[in-house]
Amino acid sequence: MEVLDRLRVARGLVARPRPAGSPTTAFFIFNQKGEVLISRLYRTDLKRSIADVFRIHVVSNIDVRAPIITMGSASFFHVRVNNLYVMAVTKNNANAALVFEFCYRFISIAKSYFGKIDEESVKSNFVLIYELIDEIIDFGYPQNSETDTLKTYITTESIRASPAAVEESSKITSQATGAISWRRPDVKYKKNEAFVDVVETVNLIMSAKGSVLRADVDGHILMRAYLTGTPECKFGLNDKLVIDQSERGMSDAVELDDCQFHQCVRLNEFDSDRTISFIPPDGEFELMKYRSTSNVNLPIKVIPTITEVGTSQVTYIVSIRATFNSKLSATNVVLRIPTPLNTTTAECKVQNGKAKYMPAENVIVWKIPRMQGGQECTLSGTAQLTATTHRQAWARPPIDVDFQVLMFTASGLLVRFLKVFEKGNYHSIKWVRYLTKANGGYQIRTISNVWMSFRSCLVMCRAIFGRKGRTTSGASLIPRN
Amino acid sequence: MNFSRAAPRKGENFELRADLNSEYRDKRKDAIKRVIANMTVGKDVSGLFPDVLKNMQTDDLEQKKLVYLYLMNYAKSQPELVILAVNTFVKDTDDPNPLVRALAIRTMGCLRAEKIIDYLCDPLQKCLRDENPYVRKTAALCVAKLYDLKPELVMDNGFLEQLQEMVSDSNPMVVANAVTALTDIHVSASSLPPSPETEKAFFVITQTTLQKLLIALNECSEWGRVAILTALARYKAQDDQESEHICERVIPQFQHVNGSVVLAAMKVVMIHMRNVHREDIVKQFTRKMAPPLVTLLASPPEVQWVALRNINLLLQKRNDVLSNEMRVFFCKYNDPLYVKVEKLDIMVRLAGDSNVDALLSELKEYASEVDVDFVRKAVKAIGQTAIKIESAAERCVNVLLDLISTRVSYVVQEAVVVMKDIFRKYPSTYEGVIPTLCANLDELDEPEAKASLIWIIGEYASKIDNAGELLGTFVDTFVEESYPVQLQTLTAVVKLYMKKPDSAQAIVQRVLNIATKDCDSPDVRDRAFIYWRLLSADPAAAKSVILAHRPPISLARTTVSAALLDELISEISTLASVYHKPPETFIGRGRIGAEDVQRLAAEQEDEGMTRKALQTVAAGQQAENLLDFDDTPADEGRASGLAATTFTSTPAAANLLAGTSANPLDDLVSIFGGSGLNDTRGGASNVNGSPFPGGVMSPVAPASAASPVPSFSPGVTSPTQQKPQEDLLGLF
Repeated sequence: MEVLDRLRVARGLVARPRPAGSPTTAFFIFNQKGEVLISRLYRTDLKRSIADVFRIHVVSNIDVRAPIITMGSASFFHVRVNNLYVMAVTKNNANAALVFEFCYRFISIAKSYFGKIDEESVKSNFVLIYELIDEIIDFGYPQNSETDTLKTYITTESIRASPAAVEESSKITSQATGAISWRRPDVKYKKNEAFVDVVETVNLIMSAKGSVLRADVDGHILMRAYLTGTPECKFGLNDKLVIDQSERGMSDAVELDDCQFHQCVRLNEFDSDRTISFIPPDGEFELMKYRSTSNVNLPIKVIPTITEVGTSQVTYIVSIRATFNSKLSATNVVLRIPTPLNTTTAECKVQNGKAKYMPAENVIVWKIPRMQGGQECTLSGTAQLTATTHRQAWARPPIDVDFQVLMFTASGLLVRFLKVFEKGNYHSIKWVRYLTKANGGYQIRTISNVWMSFRSCLVMCRAIFGRKGRTTSGASLIPRN
Repeated sequence: MNFSRAAPRKGENFELRADLNSEYRDKRKDAIKRVIANMTVGKDVSGLFPDVLKNMQTDDLEQKKLVYLYLMNYAKSQPELVILAVNTFVKDTDDPNPLVRALAIRTMGCLRAEKIIDYLCDPLQKCLRDENPYVRKTAALCVAKLYDLKPELVMDNGFLEQLQEMVSDSNPMVVANAVTALTDIHVSASSLPPSPETEKAFFVITQTTLQKLLIALNECSEWGRVAILTALARYKAQDDQESEHICERVIPQFQHVNGSVVLAAMKVVMIHMRNVHREDIVKQFTRKMAPPLVTLLASPPEVQWVALRNINLLLQKRNDVLSNEMRVFFCKYNDPLYVKVEKLDIMVRLAGDSNVDALLSELKEYASEVDVDFVRKAVKAIGQTAIKIESAAERCVNVLLDLISTRVSYVVQEAVVVMKDIFRKYPSTYEGVIPTLCANLDELDEPEAKASLIWIIGEYASKIDNAGELLGTFVDTFVEESYPVQLQTLTAVVKLYMKKPDSAQAIVQRVLNIATKDCDSPDVRDRAFIYWRLLSADPAAAKSVILAHRPPISLARTTVSAALLDELISEISTLASVYHKPPETFIGRGRIGAEDVQRLAAEQEDEGMTRKALQTVAAGQQAENLLDFDDTPADEGRASGLAATTFTSTPAAANLLAGTSANPLDDLVSIFGGSGLNDTRGGASNVNGSPFPGGVMSPVAPASAASPVPSFSPGVTSPTQQKPQEDLLGLF
């Protein structure tokens, strides 16, 4: 017992470090003003006043240059979503990737529960949020965070602890912990159906001259499985996985640089013989993510010609062409064409769609509801500029294009087969859909080298007229003769 | 409402109390919700404890959870009252509903009141053996909670042994939580002074446990996988084969959708790969690492940033991992700044003969963006590329010239600073550039840029016809310039004198005069005196000192020492790997021994690129002095640790200030009393905010010979000493 007593004394004196573990000490949600909406402390080594530290150093600080801030021994991890800060505090050498993944998981769970996550939805659902975060973190360690499972026992209507519920709870708990935590055993459907959506997001950086600097495809294969029992599925694509770079150059096969799977897919089987086999969760889930960088078919080409006429005008000629098969069509095509900050008005002429100058965002937004394959559209316009004392040259942000093309994959990926195996006379119907879209990552740069020299002329002219540009702050120019 | 009542009987809490005791269930529940809402915004509702407690006994699970939430918050402040709740808790752990059982045991562990702890053991014993895995996995974590409060209870009741048995549980989730709990206990035990008791609490992974963990790894939830992988990283493999086996079993996890699982798997593979000696296998493993790392770049920006910081480390260890993938690191216009900066750094790391053209045109694009910081970093990256790849140096210089011709002030200034480094690396190669640089003399207003240009002029004084004239302008304004510029002017003029003794005699005399008489920086004064003495005593020696050959600079392949790099690789995905600093530096919890301090001091040398991370930490440490939000009372052990870390990071904080304050030396001089701050060592120049951060890059005048001769400088203590000056003047 003497040892124990000594131990206790020692614990009283020495603060307890946690160098290697990675529990989250506290979890907070703040609104934009830095008011606490949700606060949950998982360990006693922090006080609630830690929230004030975050408010002072992050919320009211306009120049936050990293998503993690360490103050003393506490580290603040924050993610901004809409008008909220989701923040986790740790007091040790925490697993940074895990904390951020967790924050994003929380956001996606909240979205799936409330439809959206913002101040209003958090305020009106705070009881449910407390229930959720206590379920998904215990003692600072993330626990079950599968939305489907959570929804079975954390609901907006309260569960009565009736005898019937006991049996139900047993099922839920075994699902929440089981090897197949994602599926209930007793699923029944009249008609067995499986829908597969291949959704590809194209990321592009193209230079003003039209050369591709970077193009890649982020693919998601979403599945909606309405299948009876616990069926075993096998899934096949026309991929040639580029594990060995030297094996490149197969004919119609698509090269996937990397793929990642839902936890239901047996990773070791995929690693050994490249088969994708799994027991699907019930309902909608993301089966697989992949990335492809070779032979990306760019469905939309944009050729911008942007000229600065003196200091008072910018003229635009932007043409856009759909390069895919004429049987297909692109929908919701939106171009965001940047204008200088000192634009007063912008006039645009377009043959298709509508173009409008949005002063708040400093862009001309050109919306084309539908474009047939092979079609070409052009926008011509001018932006009028005011004279300005602000001498920093216009940085010329890139043109951003959003679009959707149905039944087209930029990577060329196709689903070869989806087989469903289950005991007995089992019939299933399978549907496949393809969609390629761009969402903020399809950028065409507008800076050309011609323009660079033009700009330097301009600045030199200014220099000649004695209006020397001094854009840096701080040190002042000492006159020297 | 009746306003005539006495003071304590009105207000919100009074209303809440009435509602909590209402006869209607809905009203009571609603009141509890309001209590929780008040608790969240920080209002004190602890006075309602007994009234809330009354609502605990209910079959409404949601209401129960709310009451539990309240209890967890206030149990510490109301320990006597918590006792009243014990009965309900114990009863609940016998409930037929597993959710209720788990909820009860989970909450009991969180109450953290001494009084209730003794009642926890029996139910916990029961729950650890519960037939339901959900209850078992909750109970497993509860052992860790108990250990945190009263370790002896865990020992006496044999909970630790039970946890170790649970690692072999049939349910993967239970295994994962048992591993998590054991690791948590291990961590707190290893931070205590060693004793037989704490040693018992260590989580030792044997070969049998290893097998269990590898099996559970494929079946449990994503967070469980991270826990198991973290444990696997600690395992010491018996031989090469076992290491290989572990790597092979872990590599499939690279395909997991959760970024933290991928990084945890990377960590395990990197650690165990150290023992793998077969070249082909190592190569195969390395090749498999590339695609998942690139995929991490599609994650949300915060995860991306963590991944990028880790990729930076991995590249320092194995530069072949991503050799063909530079393009994926090209910045998107809308990437957050912290992501862009990290990408820049990695792009320079990946630069080689084959991709340098793409890189340069990309960097040139970045140099025309809006954010000043980013633009500067892009220009700097061009310089680093030039220093790294000799064959591309000329192209880099051309790009820099293009940028200088834009005449955007901060671009020009940064380009001048970068050119100085290029001259250091390739002496006498790009002299044709000098006229262009000198033409921009008037544009420069930042000390670092000015100092760089002055250094260039001094270095090539013999080849610049009007060097004397150019330097003369700086001598004219000598006292108005910042100290770094003064130091460089001084050295450059002396160099000029060495090269053109006839024409430069007047100017050198003038600058020495001003520097010794009118300058208030002891640094500048000292250097002037040293030069003066040298010139007057032995011009030949002066020549060999001042015009000494300087070793060419090179781009460091690693930003941290090799030993630290290995340590950081073992910390992949943690904060340490994000900051590129050992955990002790930012946890600051009284665990820094003499050895660590030494190591820290060594790291100060290669600060350069990782400065930024430390600045955040340093700023934080300063903040902590202002805002003491720690729950634990301050104690000796902690204080010494903090003192140690604060000391080592203060110079970095000074560096932070150096960016904004014009005379960072002012503060430092007042701290150090003006002595020992000779701008002689690379390290020192880095710390005191001179214009050349990074030891390798500093073209400091070869005054290293001067540092051991402080007795030479007579005017340090009394700058008005007239006599020695007159003597010296007589010599000219």
